[in-house]
Amino acid sequence: MPVVRIDEAFDALPLGQLTAAALERAAALGAGHAEVRVERIRTQALSLRDGQVEHASDDVELGVGLRVLHDGSVGFAATVELAGDAAAALADRAVEAARLAARAGSRRVELAGEAAHGTHTWVAPYGRDATAVPLAERVALLAGWSDRLASTAPVEHVTATLLAVSEQKHFADLAGTVTTQQRVRLQPIVEILALDGDGRLETMRTLAPPAARGYEYLEGDGWDFAGELAAMPELLAEKLRAPSVVPGAYDLVIDPTNLWLTIHESVGHATELDRALGYEAAYAGTSFATFDQLGSLRYGSELMQVTGDRTTPYGLATVAYDDEGVEAQSFDLVRDGTLVGYQLDRSIAAEAGLGRSNGCAYAASPLLVPIQRMANVSLQPAPGGPGLEALCDGVEDGLYVVGDKSWSIDMQRHNFQFTGQRFFRIERGRLAGQVRDVAYQARTTDFWGALDGVGGPQTYLLAGAFNCGKGQPGQVAPVGHGSPIARFRQVRVLNTRAEAGR
Amino acid sequence: MSAETGPLPAAEELVERALRAAGGDRCLVLVEDGSSAELRYANNTTTTNGQRRDRRVSVARVVPSAGGLAVGTASASGAAVAVEELVAAAEADARAAPPAEDAAPLLEGPALLDFGEPAVRTELAAFAPLADALAAAFEAARRRGDVLAGFATHEVTTTYLASSTGLRRRHVDATGTFELAARSADGATAWAGRSLGSMEEVDVAAVAARLSQRLAWSGRRIELPAGRYEVILPPDAVADLVIPLAEAASGRDAEDGWNVFSSPSGGTRLGERLVETPFDLRSDPNEDGLECIPFLATAASDADVSVFDNGAPLGATRWIDGGRLSRLRYHRAGAARAGTAFTPPVDNLVLALDGASAGLDELVAGTRRGLLLTCLWYLREVDVSTLLLTGLTRDGVYLVEDGEVVGAVNNFRFNESPLDVLGRAVEVGRTERALSREWGEWMRRSAMPSLRVAEFNMSSVSPAS
Repeated sequence: MPVVRIDEAFDALPLGQLTAAALERAAALGAGHAEVRVERIRTQALSLRDGQVEHASDDVELGVGLRVLHDGSVGFAATVELAGDAAAALADRAVEAARLAARAGSRRVELAGEAAHGTHTWVAPYGRDATAVPLAERVALLAGWSDRLASTAPVEHVTATLLAVSEQKHFADLAGTVTTQQRVRLQPIVEILALDGDGRLETMRTLAPPAARGYEYLEGDGWDFAGELAAMPELLAEKLRAPSVVPGAYDLVIDPTNLWLTIHESVGHATELDRALGYEAAYAGTSFATFDQLGSLRYGSELMQVTGDRTTPYGLATVAYDDEGVEAQSFDLVRDGTLVGYQLDRSIAAEAGLGRSNGCAYAASPLLVPIQRMANVSLQPAPGGPGLEALCDGVEDGLYVVGDKSWSIDMQRHNFQFTGQRFFRIERGRLAGQVRDVAYQARTTDFWGALDGVGGPQTYLLAGAFNCGKGQPGQVAPVGHGSPIARFRQVRVLNTRAEAGR
Repeated sequence: MSAETGPLPAAEELVERALRAAGGDRCLVLVEDGSSAELRYANNTTTTNGQRRDRRVSVARVVPSAGGLAVGTASASGAAVAVEELVAAAEADARAAPPAEDAAPLLEGPALLDFGEPAVRTELAAFAPLADALAAAFEAARRRGDVLAGFATHEVTTTYLASSTGLRRRHVDATGTFELAARSADGATAWAGRSLGSMEEVDVAAVAARLSQRLAWSGRRIELPAGRYEVILPPDAVADLVIPLAEAASGRDAEDGWNVFSSPSGGTRLGERLVETPFDLRSDPNEDGLECIPFLATAASDADVSVFDNGAPLGATRWIDGGRLSRLRYHRAGAARAGTAFTPPVDNLVLALDGASAGLDELVAGTRRGLLLTCLWYLREVDVSTLLLTGLTRDGVYLVEDGEVVGAVNNFRFNESPLDVLGRAVEVGRTERALSREWGEWMRRSAMPSLRVAEFNMSSVSPAS
């Protein structure tokens, strides 16, 4: 049975009283805009090593955060105290912050217009909130998976982890938008370890992506865990026997289990307009995709179609309204290989003169200020496009890259390096066994320019991450990325043992 | 779960309520009362900024289970869950759990008298002088055509730890950081950051002047290809590399073959010489200028840290002693099983070489040809068995020839293992306070030497600036 109601305990909080106290005081202090969030986030982490619980935590965060726009400056204040007078005092503290910022402020902040949406309640589609599943039941599931793997050669050690989050968010602003939203997400990871004849370790991790789904996901609704876990020991055994890759340029056929992260780093972050305008210059970085190139930058080959959205069912960035009261939307970022859009929040949309925000404001906690964060940024499949076999067909000497592992990209999103879970040789169009110690390295526009094959919808997978980082103080956001299998010509492949001088 | 509305009760009151709810039976209560304030800036103007008050209450309930002890934990911020309900939730999990692998008797005492003192808080008002100094720096930058960005934050957390076995400890932790990045009109960049105890320690004008000097070095631009270079790493960049090395020092992972401290022949590398140069890598809550919480306080167990060990006094710990691996993290139960020393984590990190006294400038002066780096960025583990890390140079790579900086060089992606970097150090400077740009948000307190390192593996050029 799908959940359709907001959690009763959250709904029973004096939400209207708290938000009214904060907003009325903010208005009285002269704030032109104010928005307040009362949020509860329950986070459970569980990890088992060799079938035994190593970590189990269950945390509930609940607080109130108020952002004001006061005389052209932004101020934010938050507290975990749930009392009307404490909520009203937030307005004084947020205005104090705005006044302090004004002492060194040289630009009046404005917000792009957004219609007042009235009162709305939204519950994401899921069946059973994983954070409501008793610990013993979660442990039994992971222990069962672990025990089956541990008893299969060549596995020597198994770790199994499950992160589960549920989130209720009540939002109200001075314009009159009042939303209450509820969503869940979970991330199961199982990793096995074995040693080869030389005592060198190799690992293999599940490819199952994190998802904005309920516990039913772990029981087969949306991913075949039984099938994946059963296949892992043999895949690891093959990896242990696999030759070390010869470095050089290879054609890469990349599975969505790996490509989602390359999209995230090289397209998702590069098309955040706050970055492109310099607002993350000291931390997350800027972007090579500068604003003056909107509509003209050749991002990649004409096969490249990338969208942003906050609407895809089960997407990790999916909501109905963002943390500035903007309705969720979907929009183009790269069309036929050309940069055509950016991810926006209201202040950035106003500064760039782009009209309405496309709804990418997000705060990772009631105690943190909303900033522009990533939508679900996805590479679109080619209608009627090829499958894996047909994509490999045109490859003389290449690698099929499966599963993400290590990732790194520079502060302007030019130069990246990724590894993966497994790499299969492609010889004259056929998959020909694994190689190991592979990393691929490229410059963003070279890589996407080398895109010459995009798989069809049958190869499409919605993946993503729990842990996208941005902002100071650091904010960790969940984000979804869909991708088909895709083919890239002549990408630089490194041998990671050689890189380590071994 | 029911939330509690109204004013937050005092920490001491919460602790007594929790212990009462546990019926005086085995129970630990951790209250972390925090406040923080920050000012963020970019494009020569302030951007997002604010202040907050936080409080997290964590409970661990221990019950007998099949001849051992089982534990359940639960935590909640502020008033999210009544403390009695947290105890009940933790107890329900404990009663359904098998004996914990990390079980050990709860520690008794000490009960210190400052436990009843209130939490200490920070306020954004303390940032007023900083805001004014920044306004002047922004104005000066605008005149030069430069753009400044950065972040300043101050956080104070008062920790209260109590147990049914008589432990009552309190600690006040105040940390902050100040960072400033500069970009010139022609695209040169520079960065400086430092960690600090209070906002009064910030000298914006001095930092801005240092960045101006760095930007001036970029008057001559030199394009260099990928390859192996001699590099001079300032303390901040050494911290970027060495913090992951300390983080990897998990005893359990090492035993299982899962990290760089695993021996290929099985077991750990404890006692083995890791590097020829007799470096010491150490942590100590009493380290001068890097003082940190002197007892273990954790809300939940992990591979090497146990909730059962809460309250354990923390002391001087040598992870690497004279180049040899001398400690890995172990909780009491793990240490007993492995026949080694109980080694809890400590919230600071120092790398030092006895007798090293040169500053960064002296290392530069002694370099015939090499690259002076500023800091590293986006470090990620590529190969767990060698601790191979990839990452980028950021905000300042300078060519040094015959002891002088002669110009600015493009950025690089590197692939290096911290152990190999220490092994290839050809000159070591004195240990100084550092701020890792990559990890500083989690490890604020570090002190590192400058290092001159041979054959640093710059794997490819990054066009980023």
